Amino acid sequence: MSSAPIDTAVDATARARDFLGVTRLTNSALRGWLHGLPGVDHVGCDARAGDLGTRSIKNDAKLWAIDLAISMIDLTTLEGSDTAGKVRGLCAKALTPDASDLSTPRPAAVCVYGDMVPVAREALGTDSGVGIAAVATAFPSGRASMAVKLADTREAVAASANEIDMVIDRGAFLAGDYLTVFHQIADVKQACGPARLKVIMETGELVTYDNVRRASWLSMLAGGDFIKTSTGKVAPAATLPVTIVMLEAVRDWFALTGEMVGVKPAGGIRTSKEAIKFLVAVNEVAGEEWLDNKWFRFGASSLLNDLVLQRQRMKLGFYSGADYVTDDAPSLY
Amino acid sequence: MSTFEYAPAPESRAILDLRASYGLFINGQFVSGNGTPFKTISPATEEVLAEISEANAADVDAAVRAARTAYTRVWSKLSGADRGKYLYRIARILQERSREFAVLETLDNGKPIKESRDVDVPVAAAHFFYHAGWADKLEYAVHGANPRPYGVVGQVIPWNFPLLMLSWKIAPALAAGNTVVLKPAETTPLTALLFAEVCQQADLPPGVVNIITGAGATGAALVEHPGIDKIAFTGSTGVGKAIARSIAGTRKKATLELGGKAANIIFDDAPIDQAIEGIINGIFFNQGHVCCAGSRLLVQESIADEVDARLKRRLKHLRLGDPLDKNTDVGAINSGAQLARITELVAAGEAEGAQRWDTGCPLPEKGFWFRPTVFTGVSQTHRIAQEEIFGPVVSVLTFRTPQEAVAKANNTPYGLSAGIWTEKGSRILWMADQLRAGVVWANTFNRFDPASPFGGYKESGYGREGGRQGLAGYIVTGKSA
Repeated sequence: MSSAPIDTAVDATARARDFLGVTRLTNSALRGWLHGLPGVDHVGCDARAGDLGTRSIKNDAKLWAIDLAISMIDLTTLEGSDTAGKVRGLCAKALTPDASDLSTPRPAAVCVYGDMVPVAREALGTDSGVGIAAVATAFPSGRASMAVKLADTREAVAASANEIDMVIDRGAFLAGDYLTVFHQIADVKQACGPARLKVIMETGELVTYDNVRRASWLSMLAGGDFIKTSTGKVAPAATLPVTIVMLEAVRDWFALTGEMVGVKPAGGIRTSKEAIKFLVAVNEVAGEEWLDNKWFRFGASSLLNDLVLQRQRMKLGFYSGADYVTDDAPSLY
Repeated sequence: MSTFEYAPAPESRAILDLRASYGLFINGQFVSGNGTPFKTISPATEEVLAEISEANAADVDAAVRAARTAYTRVWSKLSGADRGKYLYRIARILQERSREFAVLETLDNGKPIKESRDVDVPVAAAHFFYHAGWADKLEYAVHGANPRPYGVVGQVIPWNFPLLMLSWKIAPALAAGNTVVLKPAETTPLTALLFAEVCQQADLPPGVVNIITGAGATGAALVEHPGIDKIAFTGSTGVGKAIARSIAGTRKKATLELGGKAANIIFDDAPIDQAIEGIINGIFFNQGHVCCAGSRLLVQESIADEVDARLKRRLKHLRLGDPLDKNTDVGAINSGAQLARITELVAAGEAEGAQRWDTGCPLPEKGFWFRPTVFTGVSQTHRIAQEEIFGPVVSVLTFRTPQEAVAKANNTPYGLSAGIWTEKGSRILWMADQLRAGVVWANTFNRFDPASPFGGYKESGYGREGGRQGLAGYIVTGKSA
């Protein structure tokens, strides 16, 4: 923690102390607070997800949901093999999701590694409405010193990233060292400056829904603007029940503090049908205020083309096929 | 559109082949009844669906005789394995025709299609599959030597789960080797009559299953018929007592599954979001037309305000309306008479000083409807805490300690079910031991499985349905008479 700027920690820590009603922020204070949250019953949570998944979204509602889902995508490429060419292709797709129908909304952002931010910026320009999200903090493992994580963040922001997707230290979290996780988030938030911070909890490694709920609250307490499920590198990634736990967290946080926090499921959502189930969950769990790309995102790549295909089908009345939508950056993410 | 408004998503009725009129199903054939025909309507629209025959005493006699003949000549002579084959066949046909059954059940009963599709029909099929497996293993199912059937069983079922209650009755009876005469409720006869067609389709020997339709008089004629060896009844406690009186002093046995006023108990360490879902499932599933509904919500006083706020926020997302719409959560009240009963008890709740809240959602113009309703400030003395409302109305009471929760939960003439919500396993076990209820759910509610026995304490009836305990109700053991 030696490299953490003192002033950051002081702001977030002071706020947290105030919030918890303690004079000194300690692991035991955080533990008491996080473990005092109501538990999540695994079976019941899965059942709720199953029930929401039976909603039948048709006609106008479906078309509306498809456009909303497209506008919520963080179009993503996060491969060791990424090149400037692949990132430019991704940006071109973001600018023109469907060349046959220019009324198709653009995704919210492209999501790339920090070193690709300049390439993306050059391709997107500054007034396209498509933001740039950069993963940082030794993504995806998060196993690096705090100095490295902060440098990673500052570099991406300096290169004009609008949003930073950080990973939490899952090792520290699982070891019960909530204070370390808290400070890291708070410090990265400070390093973000004007960029919005998404906190990746890697729920596939936290495993239990109780852990997901605690990590969500810890991330919000430390100042995260978004809570995000996964890196996409660990299975399971974004499941509906995990997203429901996070939607409950932001809803309850808002009721308590009046602050809205966004939610981003990432990884594994590939079809329009799945995406619409998530939007139903947003609507019925968090509320319609979250049905906006300022507060809800999908971290995805192949999802965009499935949404475009469905959109064409709704407008034209028949299915075209994968050969009739452009694909610049085929990816498994 | 600025908000996410779900477009109508109605399930099609085209799959149904509804006849204008239906006879009685006796000895494998549909025959006209000799009583006064009556109409069955859709409670959501008051549309007349079909004309139904009424069985009078002579028709009941014909049905019982058909069942006796089928028992003596055919069914009692079949091996268990062969009886099992028929039950497996019926189960598969129910699955194959599941959409047809779901649409018809929703139309005649008023329950949401998502419930008939996802609960009633699949669980009904599961009961036939489960009991098919027991048919050739009866000596392993029950204690005692020489297990054998009673003979002819008279069965009377309610309107809240027409096909599911039919399956709970018919599947174990046939598996054990009995033949049956079953009377569905007068407001919901159609899926039972469609089931009669399934019996024909399955080539079930004539007379093994007989379906007679009519109201209370038909039921009474069936119960009082001297050719009946055993009565199985699900319905109100009032009718159950009348049945018990009428068969007193006869050789007839009975199992009765009657009313309930279940306590759903929420402790302050409950998984709160799932508990809210469990409260809703407990009382608003099937419009609260559920004998084991969690109609008394007992909340630990320290979290009463929080539960109240979360419950009411969640209830605003319940979608009430066209039961055939796949997004409908709350359907129609089954009949005008039931709506009047709910309305009367709710008025009594207000008059006695409890605070009434409802979702305020718009109600369709035609049909029978009641908004999901929450009463707070209820005490045990109030009628709405004592009497079974059988509608979408929950009465909220508070408690301070586990002991007080148990005392309040047990302070009722009923004892069908109870729910416990806590993260503390030892408390669940302690509570389950103390609660005088036939079914105790922990961190869930309204779960039904054919392998799990269901039934009541006290005025909720006697006998069990489901599992080996339920099967035992259709089996005699020991030396033959």
